[in-house]
This record gives sequence, C-alpha cells and structure tokens, in this order.
Amino acid sequence: MSVKQQQAHEAALEAQGVEGGLYAEHQKIYPQGVRGRFRTIKWAILVVTLGIYYFLPFVRWDRGPNAPSQAVLVDLDHHRFYFFFIEIWPQEVYYLTGLLIVAAVTLFLMNAVAGRLWCGYLCPQTVWTDLFFAVERLIEGDRRERMKKAGDKWNLETFAQSMLKHWIWLMIAWWTGGAWVLYFADAPTLVYQLATFQGPATAYIWIAILTFTTYFFAGYMREQVCTYMCPWPRIQAALTDEWALNVTYRYDRGEPRGSLKKAAVLRDAGKPAGDCVDCNQCFNVCPTGVDIRDGLQIDCIQCGLCIDACDTVMTKVGRPTGLIGYDTDINVKRREEGLPELKTRIVRARTIVYAVVIAIIGATMAVALGTRNVSGLAVIHDRNPLFVTLHDGSIRNAYTVRLSNKIPEERRFEIRVEGFEPAQVDAVGGTRGANGWPVLTVGPDQTLEDRVLVTMPRGGSHRQHERRDIEFNLVDLVTGATVRVQDHFMQPEGDKK
Amino acid sequence: MSIASPEHEHVDPHTGTSTTGHEWDGIRELNTPLPKWWLNIFYACIVWALGYWVVYPAIPLATSFTKGVLGYSSRGAVTQELADLTAARAPWVKSLANASFADIEKDPKLISFARAQGKAAFGDNCAPCHGAGGGGSKAFPNLVDDDWLWGNGSLDDIQQTLTHGIRSTDAQARMGNMPAFGEGVLKPTEISLVADYVRSLSSLPVDKAVDLKTGAKVFADNCAACHGDNGKGNNELGAPNLTDQIWLYGSDKATIVEGIVKGRGGVMPNWGERLDAGTIKALAVYVRTLGGGR
Repeated sequence: MSVKQQQAHEAALEAQGVEGGLYAEHQKIYPQGVRGRFRTIKWAILVVTLGIYYFLPFVRWDRGPNAPSQAVLVDLDHHRFYFFFIEIWPQEVYYLTGLLIVAAVTLFLMNAVAGRLWCGYLCPQTVWTDLFFAVERLIEGDRRERMKKAGDKWNLETFAQSMLKHWIWLMIAWWTGGAWVLYFADAPTLVYQLATFQGPATAYIWIAILTFTTYFFAGYMREQVCTYMCPWPRIQAALTDEWALNVTYRYDRGEPRGSLKKAAVLRDAGKPAGDCVDCNQCFNVCPTGVDIRDGLQIDCIQCGLCIDACDTVMTKVGRPTGLIGYDTDINVKRREEGLPELKTRIVRARTIVYAVVIAIIGATMAVALGTRNVSGLAVIHDRNPLFVTLHDGSIRNAYTVRLSNKIPEERRFEIRVEGFEPAQVDAVGGTRGANGWPVLTVGPDQTLEDRVLVTMPRGGSHRQHERRDIEFNLVDLVTGATVRVQDHFMQPEGDKK
Repeated sequence: MSIASPEHEHVDPHTGTSTTGHEWDGIRELNTPLPKWWLNIFYACIVWALGYWVVYPAIPLATSFTKGVLGYSSRGAVTQELADLTAARAPWVKSLANASFADIEKDPKLISFARAQGKAAFGDNCAPCHGAGGGGSKAFPNLVDDDWLWGNGSLDDIQQTLTHGIRSTDAQARMGNMPAFGEGVLKPTEISLVADYVRSLSSLPVDKAVDLKTGAKVFADNCAACHGDNGKGNNELGAPNLTDQIWLYGSDKATIVEGIVKGRGGVMPNWGERLDAGTIKALAVYVRTLGGGR
C-alpha cells in the first residue's frame, strides 16, 4: 500500500471507529532552515560538543616519563584509563559506574526542569543529524527546493548536488570514526600511522564501522532513531510532571486559528480570534515532522526550533512573540480557567531530590577519587598444602601476593604481618629490610606477584588455635602509606595444648 | 508473500489485509506481509551464508568435508596461536637457557619468568606425585618445606635430581636405598626397639618401659652407616634426617617398623629424557622458591 492509500484507508477506518494498523510507512521529512534564539543556542552547542569530540584526543597532559601524555586515553593494551589527572585501573571501574549514575540522575533532573533538554540540544543523534541537515540545506537548498527535487526526475545538477552532499556526509562520518579511535591510542602517532597506511587493522575497522553508523543514522535514520529506537522518550514520558517546562503551543492564545484576514473579521465582530495564523512554519522547520499544535507528543524532541519559527512570524504580523514557548501544563490549564499564571517553580521536591542524589554520589566519587589508594595488595593463601611442617617442627604458611603500584614511579614496599609474634616473614623475590621485614620493589605503574612465607616457631601460646587471623600490611617505605589485608594462618589441629 | 490460494482469497474488512484462509471458530489469520527491512536482512543473511560456504569449511562429505578457499581449521588456528606464543616467549626462553643459576638469582625478571614457566611445567609433569602445590604425600616428598633428602637444596642439586632422577634407569641417577632389615638381618624384637629409639630421636613419645639403650646399640650397628651416629642423616645418600619433624612415610611406630622390615626405595624419573634443559632449569627455580629457597 502506498502512503496515500494507507492514509485514506486509516481515515476510512477511523470514520468507522476502528483503530488503524500498527505499522506506518516512513515519510521523509524536509525541515526548513530557521533563525532565532534557539537556533543560535543549538549552533553554539554543536560547535562546542563536536569541537570537544574531534580535538580532545590531541590535548596533552604531562604524567612524567613512564606514562602516556594524552589527556584522555583508554589504553586497552595496558588496561588503563586516563582522564587528565585521573588514572583508573580495571578493578576501579566503579568510578565509571558512579559517573553513569550521576549522568542518569542528571538526565532526570534536566527532564524535571525543562523536559527533553538532552534530546533537543545535546544528544549526539540530534547534533550530528543537525549538522547533516545543514549540509543538505547548503547544497540542495531549503525545504521547498528539496521537496521539488525529490519529486522531479534526476538531472545533471540534482545528481551532482546529491553526490556532493553524500560525499560531504561521508567525510563528516569518516572524521567521526577517525576521532573515535584516537581515544584508544596516542593520537598524533595514530594519525601518522593511519595516514601512512601502517595503522592497526582494528583502527581501520572501527573507523569503517563508525563512518557507516554516523552516515546511516544521521543521513537516513534521523528522527526514526528518536521515535522508534531510543528508549528515553518512553522513560522520559513516565518521569515528567506538570511543573516541567516543555515546548508548548499555547493553544489558549492561538485558537481558533485562522488567516490574518479571518482573525481581523472575527475581532471586528467582537468574536474571539486566536493568534495562530496557521502558516505551518512550526511544522515546516520541525526536524522530526511534528505539528506542535497537536500538543506534547512522543516524536517531539523539544529542540525549540518551532519557537524560533513562530516568533519570526509573530513579529512579522505584529503580534506578541511566544505563541510557542517553554511553558508548564499547570499554567496552560490555569490560563484556560482564567486564573493568573504561577511563577515557574524550578526548585521543588522532585528537583531537590535529584539534585541531592547527584550531590551525594558526586561528592562520594570525589572523595573516593581524592583518597584513592595508589598502592594495592591482594593475598591468596596457598590451599595445597594449607601449611607445612619444617624440620624443627615450625609451621609455615605460604601466600601468593600481588602488589599494585598505581603511580608512574618505582616504589619499595615493606611487607609486615601483624596479629601475632614472633612470626618469621620471607618474600621469595624480596630483600630483607632494616626492620627485619621483607622489602619488595614494584616498577612504575605495575603489579608484582610474589610468594610470601610466614613461619611460626614450635611451641608457645600462639599455637593454641587451628586457625588464626592475621593481617598483612603493605607499607610504602617513603610515604608510610599502608594497605591492610586480612588473612589466616593455619596449623595442625594436633598442636592444640 | 502470500500463501493463500485464490479460492480462499478473503480480505479482512478492518485492516484491508488478505487472510491466509485458515479459520478457527470464525477467527481468520491475517496474511500480513513481512516488513521489507526484515526480508532484506533475511536475504542478506542468505547471501552471507553462501559466502561462508565458499570461504570456510562447511559441507560434510563421505570421508572428508569441503575445506573452503581460506583453508581455515580451528585446529590449525590453535597450532598457529601456540606457535605465536612460543615465538613470543622465545627471547625469554633463550636467555633462561643461556643463563647460569648465579645469573638467574641476580635477575628478578628472569626469576619471575622461570617461576611462571616452572609452575606450568610442574602442573604438567610433577603435580601427579608431588601435589599441585608441591605439598607431596606419603612416599612423595613435600617440596614446600625446608628439608631436602638429596643434596642441600641448591639449584644445581635440584637440577641434578630433576635431570637424572632417583633410582631411575639413568646412569647418573641418585642411588642408595633403605635395605629390608626384616629379611634375616634383624629380629623382630630388635626392629621394635630400634623403631622406638628412632622415635625418641625426634622427641616423639615412647613407652617408658622400652629399653632404648639396646635400641641405640642396634641403631649404631645397623643404621648409623647411612643415617649417621646421631641420626642426622646424609643427603648424599638420600638417608633422611631422623631427628627432625619431617617424615616421608609417617612417624607412627607401625610405619617406621614397616620401613625397617621391608626397606624403602621410591623412584623419581629422570626428566632429562623428556624435558629440555631450559624447562628443567625453570622447574629447579620454581621448586626452590616453593620453600623460600632453602
């Protein structure tokens, strides 16, 4: 069925009171260019976010000779993540969890304050699609020209324009994929390798994948990603409330809509006439093909472009701007009932709760990051054998230890065992320190596995238990910073006295 | 895509879609066409699968199978990966094989590599008798303690034992065993007395009524030749120290009597026949570090 047939069929069914099918044919959208406050804000956000994305890999950050000097780097080969002054090891991925929770709650907060701020201004899908639209308008002309060209047969000009458009799209998409891989290796080196065809195959494959997804999602899928693929509109709809600012057609002011002439006639006759001149500009500029005058709907990403379009028209026809604007459900309802508007309440229970959650998790993460331990110790007790009797009847337990040195300098650690005296402690790969404890040296930003032996002499009160709690202390010989790990010392039951 | 035959052609009045002709109690099944995007992906998958048949092994034949133009096989991939691994380790393996034990002991990185390699080789070759952690069991020495039956626990001594074995078929094997004193050499009463004496050497409880002096005499006459006058043993002969707390077979009297009556002589294979010199070196380092190097 063609689109027209389907629409006719659905209209007929609706007339009979029957709901239409679940499937709708995709209708291509030709958004019109627009100028105004929100368009300017969107351009600014586009430049800033894409600027950060494309150039951040080239920002340098000095970490000394033993660590990479790239400010933001996901070093998969060496299992490290660098972000300016932060360095994260794989086992510290909970920082990322915290970041994701903060991001999610921030999204909720944005939503409680002003609806789909994320969708309309910040989402990569929106930003890249916006850029692709701009390219399309620049080359193939504005809405009307593009619609005409789409209806016409190909000619040399339209074909050349189309080729140029796709080529520029592919270039943008290619840069997008190219910038992505730079986050995973030293950017200048990788750029040189890629340019001289010596780059790793993984880099080329990822560039190809992201070139394709960018081109496909921003060039073809566009608003369908938001409407059909993205879960956020559904979640967002469940989270919003009547106090949230949303891009709203103030129908109390706009209706009944009609041409300027018709409105003038009505006003002369003393009848009510709306400000909406039914010019359809709000619909024409919409990147998702929504008519905002139908009210809040799931396809609307609330980018504010219809506000700019309507304000331009209102200025032209000499009516006050703001027929479409950020408004709350409560105020629309109150105006309808003839009540005075309420001041927009951004600070309310919901936003306070979100803000507090963000503050708590953010502060927890900041404290955790600030007090992050730069040395680590893991201890595994030998299971086979649990203990061993030495020639003089002493009992020895062996432990596999792994020391982590999370700073890019070589460090020396003392391994102490607290919990009972007088234990003899040896480390296979260590030297004997001044205090009698073994000393181990760990290279810059490295881990070291070693075998530690704890020996208890025969006899004495310490031999009364089959299993004793002991504590391993890893002491930095320079700073004195200590990591404590609990473990056990096992001995034969027969030694109980 | 329609599976309805013309005589069953029936169009649902509500959706405008034809039905399959199947009807259950007046309910008809809509013959909704598959979405285009779904069909396209389906066809693309078929094309992809055809490509797979050409490129990779796919179709079983009577005695063989189609090999595919790439000639790929998972066994070949594993062989290749193992070869890559061997190649990657080669520099380390070479420097370990060329280094003397004195050099290895001075180089923490070489020790680290030798321990890792030794651990794997130990699991493959030694663990069945000596236990996964080297803890040993009855008749199989514990390698984690601080006592050595043969040699003084130096890396050279361990390498010698590993290469040539103990009581093995190798000409340079460590020889010497505990004879069977029960077969016409000692009387049962003497054996009992000397067993009690041996227990007393390592301060194990002995019945007060036992005549330890006679036991000591029997020991001096029969055992001291190998185990020494004071029972401290001789690690050149593999004669264990009887005064310490380590017992290969057990310290109860019955086990000691059994050892004296029947003799003892466990065998350690000569691994030089099966393992290369580098692996034996790595094993020596690993085994020595199990007990902390003594």
